[in-house]
Amino acid sequence: MKMQKTFLAGTLMLLLAVQGCKPKDSDIQSAVQSKEITGVIVSVNDGVVTLSGEVADASAKANAETIAGGQKHVKSVVNNIGVAAPVAPDVTDAPVTIASDEPLMASVRDAIKDYPGVTATVSSGVIMLSGSIKKERNMKLMMALNGLHAKRIDNSKLTIN
Amino acid sequence: MALTDKYKTLIDAAGTERVSNLQVREQDGVLYIDGTAPSGVAKDSLWAKYEQLDPNFSSGDVVMNINTAGDENATKAKVVTESSNLNIRKGPGTDQPIVGKAAHGEEVSIISRTNDQWWLVRSVDGEEGYAYAQYLQA
Repeated sequence: MKMQKTFLAGTLMLLLAVQGCKPKDSDIQSAVQSKEITGVIVSVNDGVVTLSGEVADASAKANAETIAGGQKHVKSVVNNIGVAAPVAPDVTDAPVTIASDEPLMASVRDAIKDYPGVTATVSSGVIMLSGSIKKERNMKLMMALNGLHAKRIDNSKLTIN
Repeated sequence: MALTDKYKTLIDAAGTERVSNLQVREQDGVLYIDGTAPSGVAKDSLWAKYEQLDPNFSSGDVVMNINTAGDENATKAKVVTESSNLNIRKGPGTDQPIVGKAAHGEEVSIISRTNDQWWLVRSVDGEEGYAYAQYLQA
């Protein structure tokens, strides 16, 4: 009789322990919801997260999925978030603002300061690059140069390696 | 092929990423794309798309001037150089004398934004001057 009781108690304790280990959907839901931005609605069923609601752009939608997928005990993510309609570009004939050569050369000089292998000249709004740059740094340099109101950026003489 | 056709997916991406004040113009063989992206992530994804369409940016037929919004009211920024210190200068130009430095990863206070390239900042050590905004993340 005593052995039966012990066995029952043991089984009960094991069951309770296992039950405590299983992640609850409500816990997952509150954990994910607290990490998501406004507009995202999180529901969880059996470890599967479903995202809905609306966000401003495609990046935010993708980000929401990454956040949910990164949460412990989430089996998979269904992403039904709506994205607000895209902005239509204003394709215009308004003339482009081109900086004059002297201030443009000064700002180009600042931009290439951090790229010792790169040299630049400016003529009639065109930035002409030469020298060399590592491929993985090229985008950062181009991002800086594209903000200076040049007419054109010519890197045909620049070695990218 | 008109440049708006060549770069159609880039222009579409700008719309999808909800770039505000998006302006697209073609002038003298160059496509000008201007606007303000809602986040740094959105801006980066547009640049990745641009590189996809024109590897190494060698065609030289685009000038894409996309700013990042959302940081206009920020009063602090993080130094995001690759690893080196960021120079703080007396004036907004790399020819200006260095008055201090902010370490990689350090926070600075933004006093004012002189222009897109140079911001007036104060480091944690109290050094005040101009820093190159490309290396600051608000």
